[in-house]
Amino acid sequence: MSATESRAARLRGLGRGAAPYLLSLPSWAYLTAFFVVPMAAMLSMSLATGNPITGYVFSWNFAEFGRAVSQYDTQLLRSFGYGALSTFITLVLTYPVAYWIAFYGGRHKGTFLFLILLPFFVSFVIRTLAWQFILADQGFLFGTLKQLHILPERFYLLSSTTAVIGGLVYNSVAYYILPLYVALEKIDRRVVRAAGDLYASPVATFWKVILPLSAPGIFAGFLLVFVTNVGDFVNAAVLGGPGTTMIGNIIQYNFFDAQNYPMAATLSSILMFLLIVCIYVYARIFGAEQIQEYAA
Amino acid sequence: MTDEKSPNKGFRLDDPAFIRGLTQPRLTRRGVLGAGAMGMAALAMPRFAHADSGAMPIPLDAKWEKWWKQQKPTKELVFANWPYYIDVTDDGKKHPSLDNFTKATGIDVKYLETIQGNAPFYAKIAPVLKSGQSIGNDIIVMTNTWQLTELMMQDFLVPLWQEKLPNFFKNASPSVISPDYDKGNKYTVTWQSGMTGIAYNPKLTGREITSFEDLWDPKFAGHVGMMSDLTELGSAAMLKLGIDPAKSTPEDWKKAAAILEDQKKKGIVRQYYDQSYITALENGDTWITQAWSGDVFQAHAKGFKDLKFIVPKEGVMLWHDNMMIPKGAKNPLSALEWMNFYYTAETAGLIEDYVNYICPVPSAQAYIKDVIKDADVADSPLVFPTKEMYAKTHDFYTFKSFDEYQAWQSTFSPVVQG
Repeated sequence: MSATESRAARLRGLGRGAAPYLLSLPSWAYLTAFFVVPMAAMLSMSLATGNPITGYVFSWNFAEFGRAVSQYDTQLLRSFGYGALSTFITLVLTYPVAYWIAFYGGRHKGTFLFLILLPFFVSFVIRTLAWQFILADQGFLFGTLKQLHILPERFYLLSSTTAVIGGLVYNSVAYYILPLYVALEKIDRRVVRAAGDLYASPVATFWKVILPLSAPGIFAGFLLVFVTNVGDFVNAAVLGGPGTTMIGNIIQYNFFDAQNYPMAATLSSILMFLLIVCIYVYARIFGAEQIQEYAA
Repeated sequence: MTDEKSPNKGFRLDDPAFIRGLTQPRLTRRGVLGAGAMGMAALAMPRFAHADSGAMPIPLDAKWEKWWKQQKPTKELVFANWPYYIDVTDDGKKHPSLDNFTKATGIDVKYLETIQGNAPFYAKIAPVLKSGQSIGNDIIVMTNTWQLTELMMQDFLVPLWQEKLPNFFKNASPSVISPDYDKGNKYTVTWQSGMTGIAYNPKLTGREITSFEDLWDPKFAGHVGMMSDLTELGSAAMLKLGIDPAKSTPEDWKKAAAILEDQKKKGIVRQYYDQSYITALENGDTWITQAWSGDVFQAHAKGFKDLKFIVPKEGVMLWHDNMMIPKGAKNPLSALEWMNFYYTAETAGLIEDYVNYICPVPSAQAYIKDVIKDADVADSPLVFPTKEMYAKTHDFYTFKSFDEYQAWQSTFSPVVQG
């Protein structure tokens, strides 16, 4: 009797030990099918030689990496430049909004967040295309301003770096506000009050207390926005002009038009590698603890 | 990219089929074609009343002859085409030409508008064809681009049994018989042709446009639209230089790339556009742009009546969208039957009266004029070009290998991507 009991207990114990692994099985399967396999396929394609007619052979051909960097260095740098600038502008624009909602939103917080998310129910591409109409040279905005002689006749904004970065910022707003809001909302108000009690000015309270405590939100938003924006190709294609091509456009071109699959795969690998480096550097500079804290 | 020749590929905020229903299509197109025809008045010359070119069917090799003779007639046909590329009734539900075909042959047609661009469509079907499976279509339509050459090179197409296409040899325009990209029409027959010329807004340019030189005019700096498709972009520059793109050499390509680079450096180019060039022209972002003839007709129907399409004095590019049978097709005999049925004045005329690109069947002109009684379509040199017009058209360069294609791409891609 006691033997069977202890056996059952042992089995239960075993089950308990294995449970986390069994429960995580779907995630592992998912990661393997949709991350590990495609990634391996991409890396092996980047080392292949051949052409679409004769087929491709895996051949440890690292030369493509050198070619990719020398041929597309401008576009790579530009993408990281656009990505960094648009992320920074988005942060500066959205922080006050998130701050205001978190601290002064009162019982309408949910409504405000919903209003910010509302435009994002419309497809990303359509929202970007809509700017073509709003900012059209002879459209209702610039056309009117030109008629009133507020703008010179030849003025235009579309097909420029400004338009591309503007588009990137516009499309990232919600992705930055939400993590910032979560981080700011979590800040213990007693800490803020304590800063005041200790004669910190509101400005000092912000810089010394609120901003550091919201760092996890800044980092989460940075991850979401920077990574997406560096690899973006829609804004450059729709709002850009000569000299605004980003690396995403180059990858798309190499895949569909040039049918240079090794180059497309190589550029994708390089892009991913550089993004991981950027995230690592950011985490080192601003400290990984806060990030872990956020994750927890 | 290359590909967005069909008037309304991709999504648009409006639906041309819907607009057609609202805007008295005949009248609109009459205005459009009339305007186009005026520009060509000087060219109004005898037409190809009959297109008997003397071309004869070419016999199949033994293997394919045997294959064709083993095929059994079926009562089905799956036809994949580009959006808005066939006649429709006003309610948008029926295609009279296909219904006539079903009445005449008993073959039911499943008509699909699934082709959005040559490159993406090729990327979609190539892996399936490579694995030896059927893509489920009996006829597909592709432009004479590298992707079409690739389909032939990869042996993805069924050679046509030309004996079964007597109407093609009787009625086809010489411009579509034995083209450079498919000698002897071994695999393809043309569905529609079209022109890449120049479109402009006279109110913004302030003057008439006559030449490719105008795309390089510094007066229009910041408002000139060029195409991001490298075949179209390079060909336009070569026409400006007086080089025939079809006979060009890699040296010519470099010269063309140099003047394009110069055009960009001087700030003349506003943007390198995909099919969205027409929106840019409508919005006034561009004053003058490389353009596909059919898109300008569509723009007129949407109410942008100022826009003009011209054939520059250096000539225009002429492209062809072609019907072909992919390997693994389940109803190849039905496919041949349709191709043959299409090459009649009645069917081609019925379709052309709606599509308004360039009709590959010259005798459809009389049919549209006398039976459909739409003289403006029939008399338009943009739909039924005159001999003189045809003399001004140029074909795309036909790539003989992937290396050649790559050489072209790498010559012109820095212009667009710099």
